[in-house]
Amino acid sequence: MTEHQARKLASLTTPVLLIALLTAFVLLIGAFGDRSLGRMAAETLIRVTLVVGFWIFAGNSGVISFGHAAFACVGAYVSAWATLKPAMKSLLLPGLPDWVAQAEWHVLPAAVVAGVVAALVALLAGAAILRLSGIAASIASFAFLAMVNTIWSNWTPVTGGTSSVVGLARYVTPWVGLGWAAFAILVAAIYGASASGLALRATREDEVAASASGIDRYRHRLAAFTVSAFFCGVGGALMGHFIGVINPDGFYLSLTFLMLAMLVVGGIGSLSGAVVGVLVVSIAVEGLVRLEKGVTLGATQFALPAGSQEILIGLAMILVLIFRPAGLLAGRDLILPAAWVAGRAKTPK
Amino acid sequence: MTLQLLFDALSLGGIYAIAALGIALIFGVMKLVNFAHGQFIAFAVFALIVPSTDAVAVMGLGAAPALVLVPALLAVGAGLAVASEYLVFRPLRNASPVALMVASFALGVVIQNVLLVFYGGRPKAISLWPDLGKPVQLLGAEVPMLQIIVICAVLLVLALLALMLKRSRIGLEMRAAAEDFGMARLLGVRANAVIAGAFALSGALAATVALVLVAQTGVADVRMGGQIMLIAFIATVVGGMGSLPGAVAAGFAIGAASVALQAALPIEARPFRDAFLYGLVILVLLLRPQGLFASASAKPRV
Repeated sequence: MTEHQARKLASLTTPVLLIALLTAFVLLIGAFGDRSLGRMAAETLIRVTLVVGFWIFAGNSGVISFGHAAFACVGAYVSAWATLKPAMKSLLLPGLPDWVAQAEWHVLPAAVVAGVVAALVALLAGAAILRLSGIAASIASFAFLAMVNTIWSNWTPVTGGTSSVVGLARYVTPWVGLGWAAFAILVAAIYGASASGLALRATREDEVAASASGIDRYRHRLAAFTVSAFFCGVGGALMGHFIGVINPDGFYLSLTFLMLAMLVVGGIGSLSGAVVGVLVVSIAVEGLVRLEKGVTLGATQFALPAGSQEILIGLAMILVLIFRPAGLLAGRDLILPAAWVAGRAKTPK
Repeated sequence: MTLQLLFDALSLGGIYAIAALGIALIFGVMKLVNFAHGQFIAFAVFALIVPSTDAVAVMGLGAAPALVLVPALLAVGAGLAVASEYLVFRPLRNASPVALMVASFALGVVIQNVLLVFYGGRPKAISLWPDLGKPVQLLGAEVPMLQIIVICAVLLVLALLALMLKRSRIGLEMRAAAEDFGMARLLGVRANAVIAGAFALSGALAATVALVLVAQTGVADVRMGGQIMLIAFIATVVGGMGSLPGAVAAGFAIGAASVALQAALPIEARPFRDAFLYGLVILVLLLRPQGLFASASAKPRV
């Protein structure tokens, strides 16, 4: 086995290790945690799906998108349209076309279609947005997010407007979340190792040199944008079926902020950074939410004011950017040493 | 009717232009897209009232006479912006534009939630200068007094700013820094002074927008800066990142497009006006991705 082959094989251990880490997380909480921790585990795994999807674009291209919460919004509503009982839909969403109003799908094909529709929307929006250079594209993606939010909040007969759509089947357990998160991690790793992923990272490192080497920046960005929107769409559908209630404002700035915070804290440069960021921030959020509800320390009742969760996470994000700009994992991946993978006989130098 | 539309377009476009200038100034000197600008505006709005989570707002600074109120509020805006620069953006001086942008987004969330803790989440009614809402006759059109004042104030601010940038030493240094920051420093431009100056100006412009918003809507809401910040961003992109005249021109153009859409769209499509507006902007950018007035430093040099 050559050194190159050994390294290539070793890089394949990253998704395996990450999935093992998440499985251990679910098993540990299943064994020792209470009901509310079980809910937190499911929510964390949904976020892994969302953030890994987000990373496929942002991590490989180096372009921050503020529009990915919009794909989650599209996904959540598509799944709601497909799975809600027809009687419910005629009541809440009278403007749906007949064939959608009559549909009553199983949740799995609904989640897949949610992802596909989000990906199609991304293909259309990306075709316009990604022609712009990095920072301008970020701003245009922000405009796209606001556009989707405006449409969803006002198109009342079809989306229910600002009032919530209720009654989604709540089927998302930690194991369902783990399944989708594992799938997202696998696809992200495969894309990252593909020729397109490599070309995209080349444009991230040096745009001019990459284009001088004949790399079509626009094409690879659009491909990554579409794949990444698929998982954000699925993640949005899972979020809807986890809480059971969806609302356009649930997929707006606060979700964008949370996804960005997770990516920045973990480190945008690697897939492992995205996953570790979700775990760390989710655990911190869980702790802060409990503190906001109030804890009893000895004789004194102690509670943080509402809103301090966002303040502390925002401050943590700024501190990470100042003192550890590449995030906790600093662009490295969890990986088995190449020597182990290649076997002892032919240890590469 | 058409004259009325013209006044609407000028006053709305003027506010957008001022907000866009606040973003473009900072982008020009340190390549920071300031996602906290909307929260600077909201902070200046809330600086007018006494902190409390009650539903009824009690005027604090807002009760002062205009001659005290306006300079004091501009100082509050400038102070907040300079403090943000010192605490958050100075340690990040050498970071990439993407890291700066993400940090400013986080800062915006922090400021918004600090306001939420001190003032509560419900929008509050406040009345600042209620007399200005009265319409006056002008060239045969009924125009609210406030609109005329806004248009005059915008023109005044733009004239003063242009004078400052063209004639004063710090203005010259700012323009040099916007052109090529590294070269400007080599030629003796004081980086800290220029950047702090740009932030102070940007904060004061945010406070101006806050005053106009409060006088027009009569509401204080923690989320109120967000929409106008988004339009301001779009104006800076359409105008060409880093170009100050471009930002102003695009701000006015977006205000005009917004008023025109409001008048031309059928009633049932009006709630979607902003969606049409953003779609229109994306179309414009497809035709001119570099913006209307691309600055020379916008392209990477090898």
